[in-house]
Amino acid sequence: MTSSQAVQVSGVSRTFGGRKGASVTALESVDLTVAPGEFVSLIGPSGCGKSTLLRLIADLDTPTSGELSVFGKPARQARVDQDYGIAFQQAGLLPWKTVTGNIELPLALHGAGRSERKGRVKELLELIGLADFAGHYPDQLSGGMQQRVAIARALAESPKLLLMDEPFGALDEMTRERMQNELVRICAETQAAVVFVTHSIPEAVFLSDRVVVMSPRPGRITDVIDVSLGGPAERDDSLREDEAFFRAVAKVREALHGVPVTGARGVDSR
Amino acid sequence: MTRRSAPLGRLALGALGIAAVVAVWEGYKALAPDTGVVIGGTTVLPRSTETAMPHVWDMVSRLSDPVIGTVGGDTMWQTVLDAGLFTLKIAAFGWIIGVVVGFVLALVMQRFTIAEAAVLPWIVLSQTVPLIAIAPLVRRWGSQITIGGFEWQSEHSVAVIAAYLAFFPVAVGVLRGLKAPDATHVDLMHTYGIGWWRTLFSLRLPASVPFLIPALRLAAASAVIGTVVAEVSIGLRGGVGRLIIEYAQSASSDPAKPWAPIFAAIAVGLVAAAFVGLLGLALKPYRRSEIPA
Repeated sequence: MTSSQAVQVSGVSRTFGGRKGASVTALESVDLTVAPGEFVSLIGPSGCGKSTLLRLIADLDTPTSGELSVFGKPARQARVDQDYGIAFQQAGLLPWKTVTGNIELPLALHGAGRSERKGRVKELLELIGLADFAGHYPDQLSGGMQQRVAIARALAESPKLLLMDEPFGALDEMTRERMQNELVRICAETQAAVVFVTHSIPEAVFLSDRVVVMSPRPGRITDVIDVSLGGPAERDDSLREDEAFFRAVAKVREALHGVPVTGARGVDSR
Repeated sequence: MTRRSAPLGRLALGALGIAAVVAVWEGYKALAPDTGVVIGGTTVLPRSTETAMPHVWDMVSRLSDPVIGTVGGDTMWQTVLDAGLFTLKIAAFGWIIGVVVGFVLALVMQRFTIAEAAVLPWIVLSQTVPLIAIAPLVRRWGSQITIGGFEWQSEHSVAVIAAYLAFFPVAVGVLRGLKAPDATHVDLMHTYGIGWWRTLFSLRLPASVPFLIPALRLAAASAVIGTVVAEVSIGLRGGVGRLIIEYAQSASSDPAKPWAPIFAAIAVGLVAAAFVGLLGLALKPYRRSEIPA
């Protein structure tokens, strides 16, 4: 196990005990490595354990068996050391705090000084393009804006790893694509590795260096597809209509369904 | 979404409500037969005689007359005001004790699941015991307490009984409030690596405010009712409860008199509710989640 990896998962299983001895295997012997600065998406149908895997990495849950390390440390230590930032499907902003108060929450909880917080919040507000909304409350923001604030909060302590559990799942399609564009830019600026859970194929393809395809009962990794559609500068809206993009989408779709999808647009038989 | 009405408009609406009650009272008195409406030997509508239903203005003017006779002595409003303040003071004590006890119980129940399972049924059960039954018990137990220079008075018994009623809505409401944060919020605090106490102060307590305010208001009303009822059943002099009993005896000769302490009881309740209203204003930033986004 090398400490140079952002996330190292080897042979990890997670079984949930059910009633009357019936247990559910949410994950079975999963292996996964995420390099520093790499963007990896976890995709699969409901119940494939993608969220469970993310929660294991975040130490919100512990594996039944197997080894799991984040930056070479046990997951628990990485959590205590604040080595990662996390964003969920619900923005999860505190309704009684302003945008500023929400973004600086982790800094305040970990005892950062007032001036340090102020400076960091200013940077992050610029990054997410909400500088004019510093004093607004969450209920005054749209869903997309709330999610951007949640991402800024996740980035507050400049983590080298960002864990995202369907962060755009509750947004409409237009907002979603705009948020994806922004995330590409933010990731390029912060150089953070990302583990991104989604069930949208185009989203996974657009954002990721690698797409990890998972299947349920028991939850396991069935395929890993290299996407790498170019650097952040090339990933803009025109990429969404690019041949390579469609090809990658088709590839992920085939991996998800387990068979080649006939008649898919842009499938190359080379 | 309804717009918030201006303070003046709300005041006018309040006045209109009082006027409506007066109009119904006087209207019934003017229209209904003196003997009430009796069907098959059962009175279905009350009698509207001067004794049974004094005019509203008689009740009000009675406040400025002396308590007994026509000359000398305290006027009625002074007497009921004193009694109201006496009752308010005891109710406030009972409310504070009840809020503290309810809060502590809610915290313990939130922290330990076992405590919730063990304690919550008892809390619910406690409210099924009639107040009349526990009042003499509290007084008897209390009278055996002497710690240093402190001697247990009947006032203390009354405050304890008020607290007994007041703690219930607080315990239940705060428990709900402490459990109100989303799983996302709780997970987030866990990822920040902060413990139960800091999660309590940065997440659970602020999130419980929307549940806390109605609980405190209920507790205030319960404390006032508890105080008045306990004053009656313990026989404590000086408060509104005692006056209600005392003045009820002169209902036939002086029908407006029993209404004076009733007004006082209402006033005490209004003051208590207004105080909680002020608390709610002070905690307004934490009540944003009540307003849908």
